[in-house]
Amino acid sequence: MSGHTPTRRAPLLTIYSVLVFIFIYLPVAVLMLYSFNRDGVGGFPPRHLTLEWYRLLFADAPIWDAVGNSLIVAAGSVALSLTLGLLAALALDRATFPGKALFRRLVLLPLILPGIITGLSLLMFAVFAGAQLSLLTVFLGHGTALISVATTELFAGLQKMDHAQEEASLDLGATPWQTFWRVTLPNLKLSLIAAGLLIFTLSMDEIAVSFFLIGRDNTLPLEIWGRLRRGITPEINAVSTLIFAVSVALIVIWYRVRTRGLGSDAQELLERLQQDA
Amino acid sequence: MSSAAANPQHQVSAAREALLELRGVAKRFGAREVLKNISLNIASGEFLTLLGESGSGKTTVLRLVAGFEQPSAGEIWMRGQRLDTLPAYKRRVNTVFQHYALFPHLSVRENVAYGLRVQKTSATEIGGRVDESLRMVKMQEFAASRPSKLSGGQQQRVALSRAIVNRPLLLLLDEPLSALDANLRKQMQSELKALQRELGITFLFVTHDQEEAMALSDRIALLRNGALEQVASPREIYAHPATAYTAQFIGQTNLLRGEILDGRAKCGALQWPTDGPSGAAIFSLRPEAIRLASDAVAPPGTARFRAALQQQFFSGASELLEVDCGGGQLLRVRIPARGPLSGEHEFVFSAAEAIRVQE
Repeated sequence: MSGHTPTRRAPLLTIYSVLVFIFIYLPVAVLMLYSFNRDGVGGFPPRHLTLEWYRLLFADAPIWDAVGNSLIVAAGSVALSLTLGLLAALALDRATFPGKALFRRLVLLPLILPGIITGLSLLMFAVFAGAQLSLLTVFLGHGTALISVATTELFAGLQKMDHAQEEASLDLGATPWQTFWRVTLPNLKLSLIAAGLLIFTLSMDEIAVSFFLIGRDNTLPLEIWGRLRRGITPEINAVSTLIFAVSVALIVIWYRVRTRGLGSDAQELLERLQQDA
Repeated sequence: MSSAAANPQHQVSAAREALLELRGVAKRFGAREVLKNISLNIASGEFLTLLGESGSGKTTVLRLVAGFEQPSAGEIWMRGQRLDTLPAYKRRVNTVFQHYALFPHLSVRENVAYGLRVQKTSATEIGGRVDESLRMVKMQEFAASRPSKLSGGQQQRVALSRAIVNRPLLLLLDEPLSALDANLRKQMQSELKALQRELGITFLFVTHDQEEAMALSDRIALLRNGALEQVASPREIYAHPATAYTAQFIGQTNLLRGEILDGRAKCGALQWPTDGPSGAAIFSLRPEAIRLASDAVAPPGTARFRAALQQQFFSGASELLEVDCGGGQLLRVRIPARGPLSGEHEFVFSAAEAIRVQE
């Protein structure tokens, strides 16, 4: 891909970039390093590396309950926001209705709004509706807050699509419903995967909205936050390291799916993914 | 026009009967009137071409028949049934799209099987018909490929196969050859024509290429700014264009503007006897109707004129001359190839070849 014109090196720019990266990633690196330090959070430099904290972590039932809760909420949020986001994206792509421009901006609002406001308003709504705070309210909160992410991704996917394909499907005798399932959705496959991964990651890490809507069962970020009040243990470092690794992996996959889907032929990518799998 | 006779099995039921009828069809997009009062019949088994410049409304006619657009006025009928009120998926009409619109997520075989599958045809029947259809367009060996792996010409064949496998009463083709290079285009033209004869399906073909229209069609419907200019067989429309526009659009011609006075037509330096009524008139005179006087015997009713050679374009079997008959009146003359010419020559044409046309 690259390499036809060798770029000249600018030494100052290189140093500057390295400093920025250190600034961003040094705290994370330190956190990860201490998850392997036998002497815990104190004691620098770390002298004895150990997996003891990971052993403790894997034996810690409440943490794993929280992980389970987070996974349930994240999976539910993906399903809810993709479903509603797809409908919104379809409306934006092909319907004309009064107030469409306003709708398009309003749908993006939860993306810009501080989580504390979204969380507080959802809490007030839950109280007003007489709903018991539980994982269900957290799931509803994440699901609605993340619709904007789904809508943006899927709308972009629909805009890229060749609508002559849908006409071809109708022309060949497929009903509009069959056309949606057999042509429109498969064409959106990449956008659906990309949006799903991103929403999953965002929901797993979400803390502001969850804080307002949580009942008795904690999600993982809230469990960690709760424990921090009792002091930092390397066990937290260990779980944070794992979260970081999984998040990076998901983001990398999301980014690759998205850029390839935008740039080159989507078909080729799908084939490559199938070969990789 | 003789297509009904060419397919004896249709003769009893559908001889001369219109398969498709457009009755006063109009289409507006907002304030823009794209089609004006189009009335057109297409006979069963006919190859009819909608010819026109871009923006003439030819593709809109196709989209109305396919069901992707609704007419603003008028009706479309097919075999005695109202067609324009049916949704696209209930019409026994299939389309070959300009850019093929193949499904990228399906293999060639699945693309072709799509129409049968959504209509719940049995698996064994689908298998047989898909094989047959791929065989007809010589694409059996690519059945497992994805469309993105095929060349333009191959995608074209798959699009054709996907449409005919459903055995439509009418096949719509929207500039299907426009994306192919010249050689492939010629080859696909002859294959299309052969396929149409073999299947006996009625073809409604859209193109802006008059040569293609002439080569393929039983009849040509020439559209101009959303209205039908002339509907006739290629030979008829070439020999007897009704209007100056048609004469210029179909093949090359010399448009002569002048007047008729007492049985003689006079256009600049040219004069010939005619029996038309007196007054201003426009004539179309094809380049090949004019000959060098030295090559022709001149029967009565022949017009003669002298002209100076301006340009000579050699094109193999013939050459095109641009000549000045005096006063800047330029004419194009096509003669059999005969080597370089220069200076003044005498030319002749038969008065009957100067066709009077409307503005």
